[in-house]
Amino acid sequence: MKYAYFPGCSLSGTAREYDRSTRTVARVLGLELEDIPDWSCCGATSAHATSKLLSLALPARSLARADQMGLDVVAPCAACFNRLRTTVHAVRSDRRVRQQVQEVLGEDYGARSQVYALPDVIVNRYGLEGITARLKKTLGGMKVACYYGCLLVRPSAVMEFDDPEDPQTLDRLVRALGGEPVVWPAKTECCGASLSITRTRVVWQLAAQILTAAQKAGAEAIVVACPFCQSNLDMRQVQAQKWSGRRWNIPVYYFTQLLGVALGLPPSELGLDSHFVDPLGVLRQKALV
Amino acid sequence: MTKAVLDLAVGMEPGFLREVEEEAGTRVSLCYQCGKCAASCPVSFVMDLEPYQVIRLVQLGARDEVLRCRTIWLCASCTACTERCPREVDVAATMDALRALAGRYGYRPAEGPIAVFHELFLDNVRATGRLHELGLMARYKLRSGDLFSDLDVGLPMMRHGKLAPLPHRIRGIDQVRALFARVRAVEVARAGGATPGQEAPGDRAPSAADRKGGEVR
Repeated sequence: MKYAYFPGCSLSGTAREYDRSTRTVARVLGLELEDIPDWSCCGATSAHATSKLLSLALPARSLARADQMGLDVVAPCAACFNRLRTTVHAVRSDRRVRQQVQEVLGEDYGARSQVYALPDVIVNRYGLEGITARLKKTLGGMKVACYYGCLLVRPSAVMEFDDPEDPQTLDRLVRALGGEPVVWPAKTECCGASLSITRTRVVWQLAAQILTAAQKAGAEAIVVACPFCQSNLDMRQVQAQKWSGRRWNIPVYYFTQLLGVALGLPPSELGLDSHFVDPLGVLRQKALV
Repeated sequence: MTKAVLDLAVGMEPGFLREVEEEAGTRVSLCYQCGKCAASCPVSFVMDLEPYQVIRLVQLGARDEVLRCRTIWLCASCTACTERCPREVDVAATMDALRALAGRYGYRPAEGPIAVFHELFLDNVRATGRLHELGLMARYKLRSGDLFSDLDVGLPMMRHGKLAPLPHRIRGIDQVRALFARVRAVEVARAGGATPGQEAPGDRAPSAADRKGGEVR
């Protein structure tokens, strides 16, 4: 199985452990990821907040390269996935948009490659059978809150990833790894990512609500598939704690990190040394590290 | 007995609804004010107008009130409103369209720092082809004058190697810059048809948006 890989900008900075764990896990699973050569930024929220045309043309540059590779694209970052997939959809469904995007891009772009989210590729396309066959460890009943956030699942008509209100992809993976996904109400609530720098207190409040919901459901850990979800729930957990007066101490893992642990990979190869809330305590309790 | 009559036509611009629908690619006129968008919105607690109020004002052609409000900038683009709208109005796309129109008509953004952030983000991408997080943070801090907040996360991030010190310039940077320039040209041409508001944004009577407030800071 081979995909064109679009790492996205965060994966060489704030989310470098997501990139590391993704590449490591893919290697072990035999999932081939080939970087899109000279890919550029998808424009994220800032592009679509100011210009629809720019928000389509920026991803189109990288997607045109994937078309040339003749491969479908996998994007680990939920925000990149959302912007890339939106572009494919817009260009495929509207000839006028397609023409305009090609004009500003200065090259032919036919949206031939489709874009998939990383959990979709690993869990639904690669498949749980292939994963369970390679497991070295079990999560030992670890109670995990699977947090999908907004960009992975919405708008569902375009993302076509999972149920927009009660997605199950990560839950199924956690169960296959020997963990116990909790039932909780904040799975697809927004963490306020796009306001993280400019309206930090809004993000504290949203993070506090999400962390409290996970705690109430008895979660020992949260698992995510988005750099912004991870940083808002992990990095800002202490800030949200000070601001709200509540206490949580819940580790927040990329799903590729928990998967990697169960595949028997050492924490250092999964970037488990760069989290704010201690990620190793729970893993030690379950004799996973 | 007399019945109260709601006068909806005071000082309104009937063309505005069509303009927004065209820009957003959605039928704003279908909204029947059920309030599902506001109930779904994670950030409505900081907004001056609820999303359905913005939609209603668009329907009424209240261009000035809509383009001056904070809500269009505070929208977190999570699209819960769009997903759940029973009338299939793309509320989030409407917010995108209103921000673009606010720029086109020369309105000063009601949430200055958010607009500045978007501008710096895109400048950063135009410079090298990829976002350099540390560079963006540094420039944003300098522009906003808020130098010291978030050091409690910034410093550990550096220690963990989570902020790449140097930007990465892509080989095809000229192509990215040309793309930005062509988009700009298309948009300037489009703005040629827009008629900016006569008074300068800022010197005017307070709107409903101002009166409700909604600051959390």
